[in-house]
Amino acid sequence: MSQRKTWLKTGIGLVLTGLMLFPVYWMVNVSFTRDRDIRKSPPNWFPVPGTLEGYRAVLHQQGQYIATSVVVGFGTVALTLLLAAPAGYSLARLRPRGGGALSFVLLIAQMIPGIIMAMGFYAIFLNLKVLNTLPGLIVADSTLAVPFGVLIFTAFMSGIPDELLQAARIDGAGHLRSFWSVVMPVSRNSIVTVSLFAFLWAWSDFIFANTLDGGGRHLPITLGIYHYIGNNNQQWSAIMATAVVASIPATLLLIVAQRYVAAGVTAGAVKD
Amino acid sequence: MSDRARAKAHQSRPDGGGAAATAPPPSAQGGTRKPAASQLAAWAFLAPVTIYLLVFYAYPLYRSLDLSLRNYTVRSFVHGHAPFSGFKNYRIDLHDPTFTPALLHTLIFTVVSIAFQFVIGLALAVFFVQHFKLSATLRALFLVPWLLPLIVSASTWSWMLNSDSGVVNSALHSVGITSVNWLTAPKWALVSVIIANIWIGIPFNLVLMYSGLQAISPDIYEAAALDGANGWQRFWRVTFPLLRPVTAVTLLLGLVYTLKVFDIIWIMTRGGPAGASTTFATWSYQLSFGNLLPAFGPGAAVANMLIVMTLIFGFVYFRIQRKQLES
Repeated sequence: MSQRKTWLKTGIGLVLTGLMLFPVYWMVNVSFTRDRDIRKSPPNWFPVPGTLEGYRAVLHQQGQYIATSVVVGFGTVALTLLLAAPAGYSLARLRPRGGGALSFVLLIAQMIPGIIMAMGFYAIFLNLKVLNTLPGLIVADSTLAVPFGVLIFTAFMSGIPDELLQAARIDGAGHLRSFWSVVMPVSRNSIVTVSLFAFLWAWSDFIFANTLDGGGRHLPITLGIYHYIGNNNQQWSAIMATAVVASIPATLLLIVAQRYVAAGVTAGAVKD
Repeated sequence: MSDRARAKAHQSRPDGGGAAATAPPPSAQGGTRKPAASQLAAWAFLAPVTIYLLVFYAYPLYRSLDLSLRNYTVRSFVHGHAPFSGFKNYRIDLHDPTFTPALLHTLIFTVVSIAFQFVIGLALAVFFVQHFKLSATLRALFLVPWLLPLIVSASTWSWMLNSDSGVVNSALHSVGITSVNWLTAPKWALVSVIIANIWIGIPFNLVLMYSGLQAISPDIYEAAALDGANGWQRFWRVTFPLLRPVTAVTLLLGLVYTLKVFDIIWIMTRGGPAGASTTFATWSYQLSFGNLLPAFGPGAAVANMLIVMTLIFGFVYFRIQRKQLES
């Protein structure tokens, strides 16, 4: 009886998940649909006969955008770690006076609407002449991840056993050495978590890219899709193929690094 | 930007912040070193992020405020020396015929999105918290909409809602309902972007409410069951009251992050047709960047009004969070 009941629940769960993920399926389906079938009514529910033309178009037209997004993603990860890890160490272990206030400012910083940041950055970048450059975009994208990074590192590094740091100090290690040779190596999980999200947010960013890099020579994949939608309204299989490719990092993150995602997600919000 | 992705950020945020603000860990350093030297070291590690906050958060905010209080032209935007104009930009916005619709759309978009996201998210959480085969895997799959880049979700929904070739209209057709011009009819555009936004926000609500449900001890249910409460009563009399703190956090964070949604609306409708889905976020962007002749001043003024709305809910959130930590 109870056995049957749990299978029933699994069945319901499968149906619900299918409904929820239908748009994702549809994106994949359209990406394999031939151009001549794309406006058929009713539409093809399965991509049979299918085509890889959309993906060929991605290879030929979007390769550079993808490369740019990868560069921006890694740049954002590096900058985020460089800023957030030392700050997390200090907040967690060194009891800075005013550290609580700084944490609070970081929380508020996360709530500032992106368009306001974009507007401010636009004015600053214009004067510094870094509008439409990748370093400019990397700096802007890092604002998506730095406050999150500091908070994750603070939470994680608070949990490092005291003995470890005491041992390092007895060996004569200063703060810098303790941080680099003791704290960073044991913080691997939080480094992975912060890096994954920093990469994903930079990869997904649209508003900074559109505002600060819209006229640049190297455009990220989000703008690749955006311009695609604007330009050739007919080639939906190519657009959806690009969308599928743009979803790869998110998918990988979920498959390969699910426990790190869980670490990032369950670190908190809910105090129990 | 990544509001959905960011949703993840707030997840960890409160806890991380709480840990930092309220429970300084027993650091061994303090005892053995001179306080002044140790403070110096502490702030040396914090210096990069502090400078970063000042340059890349405080200054853009200041610029935004400055823009809204001066009469900027394209020339003075580049070279400076814009004359001070007080609240003129705000008055321009208030008398703009876009103001009332934009405010209304912002409120409708936010309230309706959150209502549906929350109810669906909670229902799913209640469902998934009863462990069954594959439940962990399926729950993980529910995160997908949240992790996808917004441009991907928005363009997929755009195509699904396409008037002539979209799958939604085709499905409606098969049950005898005539086609709806989802994105091109003024009365449906806002509905369309709300539907897409609900889809994106469900995972966030599911995850938060799920973790809230997990925190409830099974003993309480046992006791309720012994007292003869049925499933429905157990939910309304036991589960729901115990979830109130999590609910407050989820709804307030939802408010903060839905008020500023920009990407989905801009990509799907650009706030149109004829302003039918314009919110404060898209209006502000439209003013500053959407026209040939940018209106930086009024655009910044709209953005600042948005930030005030956001921060009001933000501070309510912090108060509740603090109260929960105290109790």
